[in-house]
Amino acid sequence: MLLRLFFSSLELERKLRANDREYNLSFRYATNAIKTSKYNFFTFLPLNLFEQFQRIANAYFLFLLVLQVIPQISSLSWFTTVVPLVLVLSVTAAKDATDDIVRMNWDRSAHVSAFSPKGEVRCEPPNNRLDRFTGTLTCSSQKYPLDNEKILLRGCTLRNTEWCFGLVLFGGPETKLMQNCGKSTFKRTSVDRLMNILVLCIFGFLAFMCTILAIGNYLWELNEGSGFTVFLPRLDGNNAGFSAFLTFWSYVIILNTVVPISLYVSVEIIRLGNSFYIDWDRKMYYARNDTPAEARTTTLNEELGQIKYVFSDKTGTLTQNIMTFNKCSINGKSYGTSSDYEHLKKTVDFSFNELADPRFVFHDHSLVEAVKLENPEVQAFFKLLSLCHTVMAEEKKEGELFYLAQSPDEGALVTAARNFGFVFRSRTPDSISIVEMGKQSSYQLLAILDFNNVRKRMSVIVRSPEGKLSLYCKGADTIIYERLHHSCSKLMDVTTEHLNEFAGEGLRTLALAYKDLDEGYFTQWKQRHHEASTCLDNRESKLEQLYEEIEKDLMLLGATAIEDKLQDGVPQTIEQLSKADIKIWVLTGDKQETAENIGYSCNLLREEMNEVFIISGNSLDDVRQELRSGMFLHLKTCWCQHKECSHAYALDHTVELEFLKTACMCKAVICCRVTPLQKAQVVELVKKYKRAVTLAIGDGANDVSMIKAAHIGVGISGQEGMQAVLSSDYSFAQFRFLQRLLLVHGRWSYLRMCKFLRYFFYKNFTFTFVHFWYAFFCGFSAQTVYDEWFITLYNLVYTALPVLGMSLFDQDVNDVWSFQHPQLYVPGQLNLYFSKTAFFKCALHSCYSSLVLFFIPYAAMHSTVRDDGKDVADYQSFAVLTQTCLLFAVTIQLGFEMCYWTAVNTVFVLGSLAMYFAVTFTMYSNGLFLVLPSAFPFMGTARNSLNQPNVWLTVVLTSILCLLPVVTHRFLLMLLSPTINDKVMFKVRKAKATPPPPPRRTRIRRTSSRRSGYAFSHAQGYGDLVTSGRFLRRPVTSRSSGFTNAGRTTTGFSPMGRSAGYSPTGKAQNTKVPDVEVTSLQMYRTITNTTL
Amino acid sequence: MVKEELSTENRPDNTAFTQQRLPAWQPILSAGIIIPGFVLIGLAFIGIGVALLVTSQSIQVMEIDYTGVDQGSPCFKCTDSTVSNCKCEIEFTIDKLFEGPVFFYYGLSNYFQNYRKYGASKDASQLSGDLDYFTSPATECDPYIKDNNDKPIVPCGSIANSMFNDSFVLSRLINGAKEVVPLDGKGISWWTDYNVKYRNPSITPLKNAFNGTVKPINWPRPAYELDTSDPANNGFINQDFLVWMRRAALPNFRKLYRRITEGNYADGLPAGDYSLEITYNYPVLSFDGRKKVVFSNVSWMGGKNEFLGIAYLVIGSLCVIMSIVMLIVYAKFKFPDED
Repeated sequence: MLLRLFFSSLELERKLRANDREYNLSFRYATNAIKTSKYNFFTFLPLNLFEQFQRIANAYFLFLLVLQVIPQISSLSWFTTVVPLVLVLSVTAAKDATDDIVRMNWDRSAHVSAFSPKGEVRCEPPNNRLDRFTGTLTCSSQKYPLDNEKILLRGCTLRNTEWCFGLVLFGGPETKLMQNCGKSTFKRTSVDRLMNILVLCIFGFLAFMCTILAIGNYLWELNEGSGFTVFLPRLDGNNAGFSAFLTFWSYVIILNTVVPISLYVSVEIIRLGNSFYIDWDRKMYYARNDTPAEARTTTLNEELGQIKYVFSDKTGTLTQNIMTFNKCSINGKSYGTSSDYEHLKKTVDFSFNELADPRFVFHDHSLVEAVKLENPEVQAFFKLLSLCHTVMAEEKKEGELFYLAQSPDEGALVTAARNFGFVFRSRTPDSISIVEMGKQSSYQLLAILDFNNVRKRMSVIVRSPEGKLSLYCKGADTIIYERLHHSCSKLMDVTTEHLNEFAGEGLRTLALAYKDLDEGYFTQWKQRHHEASTCLDNRESKLEQLYEEIEKDLMLLGATAIEDKLQDGVPQTIEQLSKADIKIWVLTGDKQETAENIGYSCNLLREEMNEVFIISGNSLDDVRQELRSGMFLHLKTCWCQHKECSHAYALDHTVELEFLKTACMCKAVICCRVTPLQKAQVVELVKKYKRAVTLAIGDGANDVSMIKAAHIGVGISGQEGMQAVLSSDYSFAQFRFLQRLLLVHGRWSYLRMCKFLRYFFYKNFTFTFVHFWYAFFCGFSAQTVYDEWFITLYNLVYTALPVLGMSLFDQDVNDVWSFQHPQLYVPGQLNLYFSKTAFFKCALHSCYSSLVLFFIPYAAMHSTVRDDGKDVADYQSFAVLTQTCLLFAVTIQLGFEMCYWTAVNTVFVLGSLAMYFAVTFTMYSNGLFLVLPSAFPFMGTARNSLNQPNVWLTVVLTSILCLLPVVTHRFLLMLLSPTINDKVMFKVRKAKATPPPPPRRTRIRRTSSRRSGYAFSHAQGYGDLVTSGRFLRRPVTSRSSGFTNAGRTTTGFSPMGRSAGYSPTGKAQNTKVPDVEVTSLQMYRTITNTTL
Repeated sequence: MVKEELSTENRPDNTAFTQQRLPAWQPILSAGIIIPGFVLIGLAFIGIGVALLVTSQSIQVMEIDYTGVDQGSPCFKCTDSTVSNCKCEIEFTIDKLFEGPVFFYYGLSNYFQNYRKYGASKDASQLSGDLDYFTSPATECDPYIKDNNDKPIVPCGSIANSMFNDSFVLSRLINGAKEVVPLDGKGISWWTDYNVKYRNPSITPLKNAFNGTVKPINWPRPAYELDTSDPANNGFINQDFLVWMRRAALPNFRKLYRRITEGNYADGLPAGDYSLEITYNYPVLSFDGRKKVVFSNVSWMGGKNEFLGIAYLVIGSLCVIMSIVMLIVYAKFKFPDED
């Protein structure tokens, strides 16, 4: 073990041999198994007890127990502490045991079995750099370099190849992915932290009270006690000072109930219960893939009611990552219907086309008619779509086409062309075969003018079977418009109108244009192109110039509009959350345009937010400058957006505060092109400076670090694998469930927890303070006011269930109203229900109640007797009277706090009172006394005192007197300064019935917008790839080279996988910022198997 | 399109409980309930208060302090602890009939029967007649477990040891002659104490049970001689002993000494002059205590206590006043109706 520690800390190089198990094992590298369980059958009891006593509260009670067995100090019997302590320990132990059993079931390991030739790998030690890898493979005495292109990361799926050779380099916790997961920290809620502070304050207060009483005892012993020795002689050497010292500890025992041991257990039970409600909620159950919501952590519930910042991933979280070809404008005519009316129209029948994709849905019949009528512009439009792209086609069976698109946008466009009769069928490095209206034809592919973020367009130059040379171009409208032939100006105007309309609907638009080329010019251009592309220096810019040159005087064909399908209910959810004053920050690996587009379509950005503040500086100083200028902007309606590496600068510690200030002044914040680690940094930044509760929601492995960093992590359990879900605290299938999680479950949990804590402290303080007052009348002798049985059972039996019932069932208004008034969420963010002030008020209230509860019985019983002249002012009767008064007072207080009386609550409240009387009469019965006289000294007291009218009149008086000021105060407060809760509750009462569901907000039209709807999640570099033919599917024989690229390319090309931020060449996508390393996020998303 | 048959294996149950839709009563603080509620409670309290106060006023109480602090008082001579078997006599006058049944209490002030160590100092098992605890009393009895000769003390403990031992003879002075008022010392303790909690060992004669034990140090005679005339009032079930053992909750207390229910005095103490002869044994001056005798009759609400009545009256009036204040505030501010 020592060796292992030594080794792991100093590992500089890793050596592995294929199929040499013994050699590999000798290094003791981490296995793929991840062990999280803690105990086994034999170690459970000692280990668990040891752990439990490390908790300060439990240790404190152990200490009390020790005090109690010292006869000089013991002011209470040992069982008053032992019974609750044993109960608490066993409940916690039971919970720990079940947790551990669950963990044991989770611990799995995977087996990788392989056969491959001998070879040795030397490589870098495990690290978290996803974008870098160095190593060498020595095989048959030949050395091969290994770089990032040649490794597969945990969770990758192989595509386009049936199998590959591999060697496991890192396993389990040493995988790059696990190393990048961020630290798992034990999350605690802010209420937890507050509680810890309060418990410390209470300890201080306890010491204070005990000191006062010890001083009191000292004075009493000096003045009174010394004379009383006739009847209570002192032992030798017991002077007043020593007596005061003992009294201090005796009162520590008696007053220990201010730090209630059952508090922690009850808190856990309440959280567990509220977690179950989340699991059980049918409104958070997603029927389509049979996924219920899951509270994976059961200790954070109330924090859900205090969220101030939500950090959301985009793809897969806000959007479904499905692109649909929705509308288009061809030659000045707009086709396609608004998605709002889709259901009204019949879908277009594509049966004329055998190769049509059955899943493609379109609603405008006129377009298919136009195609059938052989409208030349329409045909050219779709021909362009079928030719100008970098999609790969796979045809496993005749007529069953499967497209592998680098970006889902492209896939959607090519699929649209396919359905409208221009079927892209296959490609070679220098040709594209398509089926044009049922007619097979092959185009010669002469050049691909590739896409990049600056060009914002791509073009192909093809020769038609008829020999005509054409250039087809698609790209951002603004870019294309600059390059149009002047004859198109009229068409341009109409198309612009359509484009605005599309953009206004949040659709992603592209303009399409073409140009017929002159044979001679092209030959010459081609020559120059060849020269440029072989040129060693300045190749990029030379090519750029060539592209510029040929892509001009284009003829506009029209425009496409693609919908990045949002998940259901996303705009409504975001609107609801922002009404609840929750700030939503979108952190995405996508680029700016894409993110902006989604921002608009999901209602995060609105038209009135016209002051866009973009941080895009390329250096620290630039960013600082931008942030400073931002300070003076009128930021009320702006939204803030960061791109690329400026983000890295913005997170630099010298400007992070300014960045945060600026960002927080904005209505909406979108961070683009952020890496997983930066996502976590943003979250940490807000956590650090804003002292607000944060929630991160995401679905993929690149959200893991952010999910772990935030106070609450939410995983979307969908197609993207389990990585996010496994590290999340809550998981569900749809983003829209977030509003239910926060506005309903979170709010209720917070409300319940706060009510619970306030009441719990109230009832325990009240209980305890009575002892304090009594001390002044019993010579500070640490005499309890109540029967010891009552002290033992007060928290466990008499008052446990009613308060638990309240904390499990209470709701101020039901879920429908909670949605109707999202403002109800705000008090939670402001910590209004339980804070130091609230706690202090609780203590004051308890102080008042305890005064009433001691002095009213005191005065009422003072030198009085029973109605038959016998004693009723004796200690035991007084104890029974006081404890009965106390129980009634706290129970009535509970009833007053409770807003939602279910049958269960009623049973709990009345049952507990009944239980009190039943237990009291049993404990004070003849039978028990005869068995154990010393354990039940109160025999007969209840019978003799509770049959007295004046006893009951006292009970009524104290109960009413405890309640009256509270009711008056609250009623007047409600009249004079009503809270939002009061108002809504009042409204509910007026409405009596539940209101109709809030009107669904229809999609906002932004027809006035001049915003470009251009967005394309395409990456640079595919043109080269297509023309080089490198990634085209090889026959199985050429295995050796299949190995090199299998992981990256194939995953990148999956239609489901995300393409944002991934470039096949490893080059940065934006030439402006060449260092950004957002690459390779892609492949970590398609995780199907967490074990490899 | 064919509707897919979706699996619903994981679908949560649709019950009112799991969906948090349990039917519930949702009370709300509204003026319509609070203000009339306050008025009603106020009126009820005033009613009860008046009844209590009237009842309390009708109860007669007469207290006579006989500690003898003043030099002029008859019992001053007995305050010297060196004088044993001191007797003193106090005369007093009753102006009008003291309605019966009259209860005769002794009262002690500044006496801490509720001091923890004092109160714990007894052995419940011993007092319930368990002979095992006669020979080895429980440690709680400290410091009165055993005497100097290591013999167990029965009954052990501070409470028993400090039993009140003044005795009184009440006489009515009729034309200069004393007529002793018969005092009933039987029905003065709780039924449960007499019948269940305290029991003598079932050994006859009782004296034998105490073989090998010694009497409490302060006692003039052993427990089995507390009332030799009546075996049912002797030993641990002596009612004076039981009354003493039921320790008081507060430092000023009174304990029932005798009931006056017999003979000419069944209807009460007639107006006239009385004399109280006190056998003064019990020292209280060392801790500044006071001793008194109290004659009182009772009502349905027990002994005289004006506090409850006054408290009910005050709280009731407060309720009514608060309801008026609330009404004014309510009329002025109403509840904001708008959103």
